[in-house]
Amino acid sequence: MKYWDQLSEAYNRPLKGSLDKPLEKIIFIHLATSLPLPAERDHIRPRIDLIVFMINIQSKYSFKNVEASLSHMDAKFFLGKVCFLITGAGRVNHCSVEMNAVRKLGNLHCSPVIFCELDSEGIRLATAQRLLRILQICAGHVPGVSALFFSSLMKSSIDE
Amino acid sequence: MFAIRRGRRGSSSSNFTMDETVAEYIRRTVLKIPRHEIMEMLTTWDFLSKTQLQTLNMHRMKEEISQDVVKLCEENFASIKQAAILDMIYNHVYRNKRIWTVYQMTKAAGEETDSFNLADFKYKFKRSLRSALKNVTINFREYEDNAIWIRIAWGAQYSKPNQYKATYVVYHSQTPYVFVSISTLRSNMPLLCQAMVHASSYHDIHEMELRSRCLDSLKDIVFKRYSQTFQTYHPKPLQERNVAPEKVEPRIIQENKREKERIRRVNQEVFGDGIQPKLEFAQYKLETMFKGEPEMDILAEKEPFRCVVKFSSPHLLEALKSLAPAGMADAPLSPLLTCIPQKARNYFKIKERKGLLSASCLGP
Repeated sequence: MKYWDQLSEAYNRPLKGSLDKPLEKIIFIHLATSLPLPAERDHIRPRIDLIVFMINIQSKYSFKNVEASLSHMDAKFFLGKVCFLITGAGRVNHCSVEMNAVRKLGNLHCSPVIFCELDSEGIRLATAQRLLRILQICAGHVPGVSALFFSSLMKSSIDE
Repeated sequence: MFAIRRGRRGSSSSNFTMDETVAEYIRRTVLKIPRHEIMEMLTTWDFLSKTQLQTLNMHRMKEEISQDVVKLCEENFASIKQAAILDMIYNHVYRNKRIWTVYQMTKAAGEETDSFNLADFKYKFKRSLRSALKNVTINFREYEDNAIWIRIAWGAQYSKPNQYKATYVVYHSQTPYVFVSISTLRSNMPLLCQAMVHASSYHDIHEMELRSRCLDSLKDIVFKRYSQTFQTYHPKPLQERNVAPEKVEPRIIQENKREKERIRRVNQEVFGDGIQPKLEFAQYKLETMFKGEPEMDILAEKEPFRCVVKFSSPHLLEALKSLAPAGMADAPLSPLLTCIPQKARNYFKIKERKGLLSASCLGP
């Protein structure tokens, strides 16, 4: 959870004035340790535009947790509204999860894989801004670009 | 005798040549000490006078400082006894550089605990060791927390004691616990145990399977001084009225608040509130049956599958404590990991239960 906390801190910086006023007011970040989400909050939970699965590849538990959570997802989210955020890849000798397994997971679910080193404030901020841009597209705030189109665009650029 | 020697401080060293090995030992000990602590340790040593200490120039190279200290020691007719005391002072400050093993002594059934006499203890300890081994240097030093530090440099029948590979023993009078740090082979351990049991009037001694670099943490574990888990009447800590409220970001919603709270509660029940004792490793020797697919044909005979699992961390128990809240493990953790402070051991042997192939237990 501390990884999310670090990132959400970075999320809030680009929000200050860098986005259109209406969007700034309606962004909410829901943090969860795993899926499914608790049923008691269903009635107050707004529409979800983007799901970011965070995997710390220094922990097999983290990877397994995400794998298990994916089975609780509605299939429509895989049409561009899911991405995998990988942390801990910088320290290769500490990795417990193979990079190949992470890439396979991304391919299997037709979703982009983003790498982020949370130790570096600059990278953290850049990743938060990148995710916000993806969120803008997924929420339909960028005219002419759909989530599915953007996701396939990202996927093809990674494949190349 | 000692008072007369101290009275001759500062006299000409022309008629006294300090043993070469003593001089070299003092020089090397001074070189080990960080520059900013040399003066403090020499003052604690109290072998050189204030006037002599003032002659030392601490801005020179450490090599030169050590040579100057040796010269001053020569003026004061330093023997290996004084050199050993300086080494003890260094090792007391830097005790975490050594690996300590805990031993527990036991009385015979129905035996009463005697009142402790330090002079008697020292005499018996020396006599016991020297009756078995002639070439041995033994030094004692007492500290404020009832701790008696013993330094033993071992020799052989025809060789002088090796001062560079001394064994350290820390014994708290009125407790059955002994903390030992060995720098050489374990061959002298039976002699040391025998001397310890004899001097402290106990019946037996055994190793506790508890080791660490942090001597203070080992003491906390065996003396039960760490934050233990017990039911309190106020599960939530009482807060002062003017405590600033936690900064809440309204745009961030915690979905698993209940689960987080459960993990926090379970963690608190298992580990308690305070900081955990500092251990750097825990080792598990597995002698359990291999539970694989029958067709894999691994270990066809019902032989135990032997292997060693070692957990290492600069602060193992704190690391384990942080796993569940960080979302890297399920709460509660396995009792095999959380029982370390309660069982006062970090070396385990896990065997099959008699008649039950599926379950495992902690062996001695």
